[in-house]
Amino acid sequence: MKLNLKIWRQKDANTKGEMVDYTINGVEGDMSFLEMLDVLNEDLINKGKEPVQFDHDCREGICGSCSLQINGEPHGPDRLVTTCQLHMRKFNDGDTIVIEPFRATAFPVIKDLVVDRTAFDRIQQAGGYISVNTSGNTVDANATPIEKDKADDSFYAATCIGCGACVAACKNASAMLFTSAKVSQFALLPQGRVEATERVENMVRQMDLEGFGNCTNTGACEVECPKGISLENIARMNREYLSATVKG
Amino acid sequence: MSGLIKSSIARKVVMALSGLFLVFFLAQHFTINITSVIAPDTFNEWSHFMGYNGLVQFILQPILIAGVIVHFVMGIALEIKNNKARAIKYKKYSGGANASWMSRNMIITGLVVLAFLGLHFYDFWIHEMDYKYIAGNAEDPTRYYQETVEKFEPFWRTVIYVISFVLLSLHLWHGFASSFQSMGVNNKYTPAIQTFTKIYAIGIPLGFIFIAVYHHLNPITH
Amino acid sequence: MGILDSKVPSGPLAEKWTKHKNKINLVNPANKRNIDIIVVGTGLAGGSAAATLAELGYNVKTFCYQDSPRRAHSIAAQGGINAAKNYQGDGDSAYRLFYDTIKGGDYRSREANVHRLAEESANIIDQCVAQGVPFARDYGGLLDNRSFGGVLVSRTFYAKGQTGQQLLLGAYSAMNRQINRGKIKPYNRHEMMDMVLVDGKARGIIARNLVTGEIERHSAHAVVLATGGYGNVFFLSTNAMGSNVMAAWRAHRRGAFFANPCFTQIHPTCIPVSGDHQSKLTLMSESLRNDGRIWVPKRIEDAQAIREGKLKPTQLKEEDRDYYLERRYPAFGNLVPRDVASRAAKERCDAGFGVNKTGEAVYLDFASAVQRYGKEEALTRGMKNGDSKTITQLGKDIIEAKYGNLFQMYEKIVDENPYETPMMIYPAVHYTMGGLWVDYNLQTTIEGCYCAGEANFSDHGANRLGASALMQGLADGYFVLPYTIGDYLSNDIRTGAISTDSPEFEYAEKEVKDRINKLMSAKGQHSVDYYHKKLGKIMWDKCGMARNAQGLEEAIVEISALRADFWENVKIPGGTDGMNAELEKAGRVADFLELGELFAKDALTRQESCGGHFREEYQTEEGEALRDDENFKFVSAWEYKGEPKDAVLHKEDLVYENIELKTRSYK
Repeated sequence: MKLNLKIWRQKDANTKGEMVDYTINGVEGDMSFLEMLDVLNEDLINKGKEPVQFDHDCREGICGSCSLQINGEPHGPDRLVTTCQLHMRKFNDGDTIVIEPFRATAFPVIKDLVVDRTAFDRIQQAGGYISVNTSGNTVDANATPIEKDKADDSFYAATCIGCGACVAACKNASAMLFTSAKVSQFALLPQGRVEATERVENMVRQMDLEGFGNCTNTGACEVECPKGISLENIARMNREYLSATVKG
Repeated sequence: MSGLIKSSIARKVVMALSGLFLVFFLAQHFTINITSVIAPDTFNEWSHFMGYNGLVQFILQPILIAGVIVHFVMGIALEIKNNKARAIKYKKYSGGANASWMSRNMIITGLVVLAFLGLHFYDFWIHEMDYKYIAGNAEDPTRYYQETVEKFEPFWRTVIYVISFVLLSLHLWHGFASSFQSMGVNNKYTPAIQTFTKIYAIGIPLGFIFIAVYHHLNPITH
Repeated sequence: MGILDSKVPSGPLAEKWTKHKNKINLVNPANKRNIDIIVVGTGLAGGSAAATLAELGYNVKTFCYQDSPRRAHSIAAQGGINAAKNYQGDGDSAYRLFYDTIKGGDYRSREANVHRLAEESANIIDQCVAQGVPFARDYGGLLDNRSFGGVLVSRTFYAKGQTGQQLLLGAYSAMNRQINRGKIKPYNRHEMMDMVLVDGKARGIIARNLVTGEIERHSAHAVVLATGGYGNVFFLSTNAMGSNVMAAWRAHRRGAFFANPCFTQIHPTCIPVSGDHQSKLTLMSESLRNDGRIWVPKRIEDAQAIREGKLKPTQLKEEDRDYYLERRYPAFGNLVPRDVASRAAKERCDAGFGVNKTGEAVYLDFASAVQRYGKEEALTRGMKNGDSKTITQLGKDIIEAKYGNLFQMYEKIVDENPYETPMMIYPAVHYTMGGLWVDYNLQTTIEGCYCAGEANFSDHGANRLGASALMQGLADGYFVLPYTIGDYLSNDIRTGAISTDSPEFEYAEKEVKDRINKLMSAKGQHSVDYYHKKLGKIMWDKCGMARNAQGLEEAIVEISALRADFWENVKIPGGTDGMNAELEKAGRVADFLELGELFAKDALTRQESCGGHFREEYQTEEGEALRDDENFKFVSAWEYKGEPKDAVLHKEDLVYENIELKTRSYK
């Protein structure tokens, strides 16, 4: 396959960026999208040019490092995959592919396609935990049975990889899906109920402070989420937040 | 409370509540209007009641106007904030790949409906205010039907009404069900809410269109 | 043994840890506030250690190269975590877990460490549940278990195929709590470039800020390395792209002994290589071997036909298939330990029975599990005579509930539906049992430098059992290191803050900068990946699943030459200030090029076969590993002396007081 790439290049946070055109030959369908970029970079290095920087690490869709807005969609056109799991067989010979960083005011560009997603960390630091000491002096794990459905729902919420695709997809750059997944994971478990009120208030406050937009229920986040995190989590967080506000 | 209204979720709830209130109002408005096609006398009777009942005029009407203002001011405020949340835009953004046109363009449909409201207020509300309080005319419980039908005589006005109702339909299509999600309702009833939303979003505006077109095609002959 | 003192406490095995905890020195809470600890790496071991140390009151600085601690590669662990809870009532106990681990490790691990690990295992589950880790549960609301290779009980706790993710997010949430309290200061997108010793003690690190390129000095009273394994020395492995040996290797160069580098785990169930562009390999969890049956065609003609695409695996009749693990190891069948399963796959493929284009793949087939589960489910639903279509569908649903995400992952990569056609798998480098040598307290041979998790060598001997890595990481981080480090730090309560202006810091920083400049000034021919791939090929061909003296000797020469070429001819575009991924990779590959040689040297020295280390010269007639307890029942701990070829071997003799050494048999 031969492909035309339009890639966002930006030297650093303080420099203006621009789209740059590249042509790449010999792309195979079995390559992952990132392996295609590897080939491009190898070529750039051999020509003495700076390779394109992008975040990646595990390359099996779980670490949440890789990002990329590919042809206007986070993680590209395939569903339930991250960019590292997107394979080139989804594209055709001669295609033009536009590659941009995830765009949000709360995710400033560091270089090229690399963005700073520490806003997510700060949201979690604001309350995404259960305040239990890690000394091990706790009750037996089976002391509190937990309904399978609740445990499963908690698990599904907890599978969020924090990649930021929800923010990137949302026309408002809202982080509600991410935040609500974290809130839900704990809200669904009895051990997480204890601090539920404070948790949701603190996490939502931090989310707002980071400059993310507002949720307008377009549902784009759910569609683009590589882990299929459900909109139900947002409704649950809204509920949790309202009840926390009423309780004061 | 000031803290409450600053939070993104609380603002969404305000949008949802005011929106639902307006949805409810719309149904009531439609119920009265449809009588203008079926039974002009009932239409006159009900319109007169609405125009001169103290509770409606001095309590419900201000609440309605407040509802409209809150909904639209908050909507604009959210739009501004949301716009800031992505200061640098994408070169290529495939919004249609993952969300409906209606959900992404509430601000457009909303502003069109708002502009229409301007015309609608000019046509009816300002006229009423002038008739009752400025010109100080006497009560006339039989004038409403004729006044309404006459409004739809010009072709241009009927067309504007029809277009506005199409956009209202698109606005409702997303907004109605969405307000439940904003208030935290997403459960086994959600599919039913979504179905009802679709029926409502098509049915009510279509009904209004029918009324407007009907009166345009059936002018009162003098 | 002279230089190597394992500091294993005396007394009966089961009492050693309790006794030790009772006797070691503690630091009082007020003094802990004056003590700083650096934790490098924020995976399960580092994250949990950082959280617990901060909770105890120490000031902790964490370092990771990722943009968030949550992205450490522990997150990719799929199958589960072992714990001797005996919830299933199938006869499990701490002793049995201890025994299985020692035996699984082919009698090359330290008894006392492993027993401590088994003792703490149950604690981990309690802890994780308390902090909200959503483990799988049954309909009664209690925790569910599954089985893993090399054991006869069900002791593996899991969260679908994302156990590592859930446990890491648990540790990360514990970290977040401490970050919010100001007790942990996280330095993300930072890489440790060197360790700083003051008066022979580890007192800090030199780190590079990967965003700005700045070289920073950080001091502390102790340094904990929890930087994972070095599987990426093979280029292709299941490790993350960024996983590297730099921190451990820098410590090694400063005096920490490197133990058993040649003990590497080749995991039997990974997605096969598809082409030259391949950048990494993806694991399919060992838990799949609970239900999947591994086979190749019985007749070589059939294998040939399958490779050419003329025959489909589903067309092959039951009697024409060779379920070689079930045939060779009837007692454990498909659940033999990883090293055994991997070698068996290689044996079949080398003999010409491989089933993909390259001839390097075997089948992992779920068809019979689908039928088994389908029938079971049909019965519980009261369908006595369900038709085969319904039964198949029910069975698929059960398989999906158990392994759905793995099947989806497979389908995305291979573009084949594993519910309809058997998966193709092949062994790949996965985990490194070797690592920095540590004593019972997890202290390396540098005073004040501790090492936890995969980065140390201590618990898994020559082969790790499935679902034990998560257990070890968390046991080290939550329950071992935070206490044993206190023993050392109790001497530091009057030290006061460590200055970063000392000549030692200055010198270390200069060395780091010189090294970077040297890399940048080699304006040569080839990219970093070019060298990394070459190194990987040497390692895989000559230090992989089967090794022999000749190949290892060649490897040593080739790696040494490659390293020289690298320093002369590597090409790194861009500058040193600001983000430069090529520069980061170059630093890591430079260290792999040293480690690789030591690896080969270690493998050459160990003239026996044990666990993941298989020397072709030392095997039984049936092709099983031939261990030599008389001459090699020791840990090889290598001391740095300049070039890897000059490294000096120190031996820690392994003493088995509680377990009788036997030939491992899974027949």
